[in-house]
Amino acid sequence: MKPARFRYLRAASVNDALQALAENPDAQILAGGQSLIAMMNLRLVKPACLIDINRISNIGYIDEDGDGVAIGALARHNDVKHSPLIRERCPLLTEAYESIAHHTVRNRGTLGGNLCHADPSSETPAVMVATGATLMLQSLRGQREVGAEDFFLGTYETARRQDEMLTEIRLPGRRTDGWAFAEISNRHGDFAIAVIATTLRIEDGRCEAARVVASGVGEHAARLEPAEEALIGGPIDDARLDAAAAAAAGAVDPHSDSHADAAYRRDAIAALTRRTVRRAAARCD
Amino acid sequence: MAGVSVTFTVNGREVTATVDPRTLLVHFLREHLKLTGTHIGCDTSQCGACTVHLDGRPAKSCALLAVQLEGAEVTTIEGVAGPDGMHPMQAAFKEHHGLQCGFCTPGMVMMGIDIANRHEAPDEATIRRELEGNLCRCTGYHNIVASIAAGASSMRG
Repeated sequence: MKPARFRYLRAASVNDALQALAENPDAQILAGGQSLIAMMNLRLVKPACLIDINRISNIGYIDEDGDGVAIGALARHNDVKHSPLIRERCPLLTEAYESIAHHTVRNRGTLGGNLCHADPSSETPAVMVATGATLMLQSLRGQREVGAEDFFLGTYETARRQDEMLTEIRLPGRRTDGWAFAEISNRHGDFAIAVIATTLRIEDGRCEAARVVASGVGEHAARLEPAEEALIGGPIDDARLDAAAAAAAGAVDPHSDSHADAAYRRDAIAALTRRTVRRAAARCD
Repeated sequence: MAGVSVTFTVNGREVTATVDPRTLLVHFLREHLKLTGTHIGCDTSQCGACTVHLDGRPAKSCALLAVQLEGAEVTTIEGVAGPDGMHPMQAAFKEHHGLQCGFCTPGMVMMGIDIANRHEAPDEATIRRELEGNLCRCTGYHNIVASIAAGASSMRG
């Protein structure tokens, strides 16, 4: 047996899952399991109890939500990747999916599970922060909304409390005109060495709003505010691109590992900032 | 640990078993059903040697628990051949020598069938991109790609 022993509970409804979470403080939710089961096989994690939500019907939806999109807890990556609604209303996420995992894993893995897993090199948290997504957390105590910026707290650490389940992801309609995602990884679909997700709003040739969000270079996806400030207030010209790239590199404090040292990651962040801002600005035209 | 009862279909045959919840699907297939065509490579959803079809879509059987499969339909490499012999994708692997040591082959064939199901006449670039989740430790991709292209073509008849 690869994983350590655990109790297995199969939830038939969201309420069932919330009840099980409340009664089993040592439980973990099993969604797509593409990270969780691999980590259990390696015994990096040994949850005492798994609550399987895969049997709950009607939580894999991708629906219109005002001018935005509401995504259910069990929407699989491939369904999100190929959703025409997401492509229209949150194309940054569609573009990011070009770099996320591979087909077989995306068939099973879920966006909600990916966000709750909060791997520091994960792409989707960067997209959530860049677009200003809202995460709906539910427990027997009630429901609350948490903005993506407040959700990711550290490596594998989120604002989700133990008895809460992420039930829905709400993506706002496009508030910005320009968007771009870029990543550097060892192998296409592999863990990211560095990620930048950028959104821009340009009016009359002047950058009015910008989000430049990094992943893979810290404990969690985070806005690089100095880079955003360098962009806002004028045209996206070479001077602003240089300033934003330098500010982005200065705003991160990356780690070194066997894939890339800190200096490389810093350079990658500068290059990806330049690349995404240029592409996002071109999309504003 | 109390066992959990699960009933699902494997290669068209209904299977009911009481399993320890931590039994991975790949272990269940190999050790309980003796279907050893599905191979264990990495155990961490990286290599694709354990690829099976779950309700018609490829899945890594090392990243699924057997107890999760209640009511599901699973097809393994043992289930793809027809009454007349090899599946066209298997025949193409034989014809184009799409294997060296053979360890990754069951997963490659299962993925090849899925690629052919989703792409009409897939070209080399498409096949290579789609094979991202299947590793060949002999690095024998050239003939694997050729086999899948040929297999896809003969599946279209």
